[in-house]
Amino acid sequence: MSGAVLVVLEHDRGTIAPAALEALTAGRALAAQLGTTLEALTIGSNGDSLVADAESFGADVIHQAHHALLTDYNPEAWGEVVAQMITATQPAVVLATGTDRGNEVLAQAAARSDSAFVANCLTFEPGQPGDTFGVTRVRWGGSLIERATVDGTGAGTGTGTGTGTGTGAGAGTSIGTKLLTIAHHAVDASPAANPGAGTATVFEARLDPSVARTMIVARVERPAGVTLATAPVVVGGGRGVGSADAFTPLQSLADLLGGVVGCSRAVTNLGWRNHTDQVGQTGTRIAPDIYIACGISGAIQHWVGAMASKKILAINTDPQANMVTKSDYAVIGDLHQVIPAITAEIERRRAT
Amino acid sequence: MRILVCVKRVPAPGSRINITADGLAVDTAFLGFTTSPHEECAVEAAVQLVEAHGGSATVLTLGPAEAEEQLRYAASVGVSNAVLLATDGADWDPQRTAAAITAAITAIEDRDGVFDLILFGNESADSGGFQVGVRVARHLDRPIVNGIKGISVADGIATLERPTDAGQEVYELTMPAVAGVKEGINLPRYPTLKGRLASKKVQVATIEPSAKPGGQVLVRLEPPAELTTSTTILGNGPDAAAAVVDLLEELGVLR
Repeated sequence: MSGAVLVVLEHDRGTIAPAALEALTAGRALAAQLGTTLEALTIGSNGDSLVADAESFGADVIHQAHHALLTDYNPEAWGEVVAQMITATQPAVVLATGTDRGNEVLAQAAARSDSAFVANCLTFEPGQPGDTFGVTRVRWGGSLIERATVDGTGAGTGTGTGTGTGTGAGAGTSIGTKLLTIAHHAVDASPAANPGAGTATVFEARLDPSVARTMIVARVERPAGVTLATAPVVVGGGRGVGSADAFTPLQSLADLLGGVVGCSRAVTNLGWRNHTDQVGQTGTRIAPDIYIACGISGAIQHWVGAMASKKILAINTDPQANMVTKSDYAVIGDLHQVIPAITAEIERRRAT
Repeated sequence: MRILVCVKRVPAPGSRINITADGLAVDTAFLGFTTSPHEECAVEAAVQLVEAHGGSATVLTLGPAEAEEQLRYAASVGVSNAVLLATDGADWDPQRTAAAITAAITAIEDRDGVFDLILFGNESADSGGFQVGVRVARHLDRPIVNGIKGISVADGIATLERPTDAGQEVYELTMPAVAGVKEGINLPRYPTLKGRLASKKVQVATIEPSAKPGGQVLVRLEPPAELTTSTTILGNGPDAAAAVVDLLEELGVLR
């Protein structure tokens, strides 16, 4: 039997990241495909609380990495722990979340174990042992799909050295572990149908004190309240809004709906809104119940940030605009007239 | 201080990306090119740090000969040195790219001294590998943190701010150090006419990179499955307001 599928569980001081449940779900399917076990890794003793989640998603073994330096997230320390786990348990696949942290940790682990790492995968085609391990992955924030093959640990290259592009499960002394992350929202998190009791086992990591150099030294907690990433309603404005001041009616509508204002990259580049309001590939990925996109043409950069919205309503003067043709609903017209009319209608209904 | 910024030349697509007939690349026949957005901000961050602390900024790219355009652009906004690792234009995988960049940095530092700070974009807009900066930092045995939207430098320490869902994390890296920068750290300036003229005089040092391919191999690019959305037109102009509010009620977002 091949090695396990090992899922690295992202957490923030003991609070599991939603994406980690997606990774467990994807890992469980991959383990079934490979005919192997699903294992999970938590990093730091404050991650011990994740055992119940890992069990209910079907993990057979939960490795709990402990070390005095693992008190909080630390990219180099976490990457080093993953690299040590690869050596210690020789998994077939290490799977992590396709998030800022997940991608960073696996990049660190890959650099340390001198192996390939494929970020933001969508599907896996592992084939038979010895076959090329295939994946599909996100490019251009999701506007393109890349079909790729990946070699495992030991087949990578160092500076100026290497073994070329041979594919397969690894040769010679290499373990052949594949390092992958699963793109956020690529699968829906679902617990195992018949989860068994997982075995929790402590892994004593051996960390050089030098990994402390990338420790978090301070935190600023965000005040409670909806954010662009979590808001149930987002009212977005593009170049068509016309000016920074002209966002006021969008803000009023967002306030009425308990939502927030978003904007396109064109708007942040014009200096009309802060970058923290930007929806897009280089801004925030949103997933509201409804996204109301006003005066936005729908360039790829923006669309990939908005496409996870459950419903999209475009308000645009151009019926051929990309945002209009890709949205669920549209109003053809000038946002400067349409938005105040919507606001007035909501207020009228609330008054009666 | 000495700062290096590593950038990537990427196509600037509008509302649609087409793929070449062999499926191996984006069809750029009708596209312009730009600096990948996170890296455009990394260039601005480097220029601002040099303005505040003195020293010089160098820009480096691995790409086709045409990537000189992106190096000159960086020079037009205040970068004083440029290095091109010229490939034949084919896509280099992340391990290979990192190995080539590491070798170039080592050669430059052996001659001119260590870079106090090396900036990468968090990830490239096109291939999005999320790893070249980390690999280079590891090869050089320097600390790196990604996702950075704030940098300040004092007394040999780079203080980095990283926004997260929970708030903001602060890191203090002893230089020489590396950071993966995200768009939003600043609003990049536009080149002035004077800057554009000065950029033409900047010498671009060209290096022919050599590094073996890594373990991730591109097979082909495909368009994503089209979401078969049919757009329901709710109406025209302000008269559509009632239909919109009906929809909001139906979706349960009108509380």
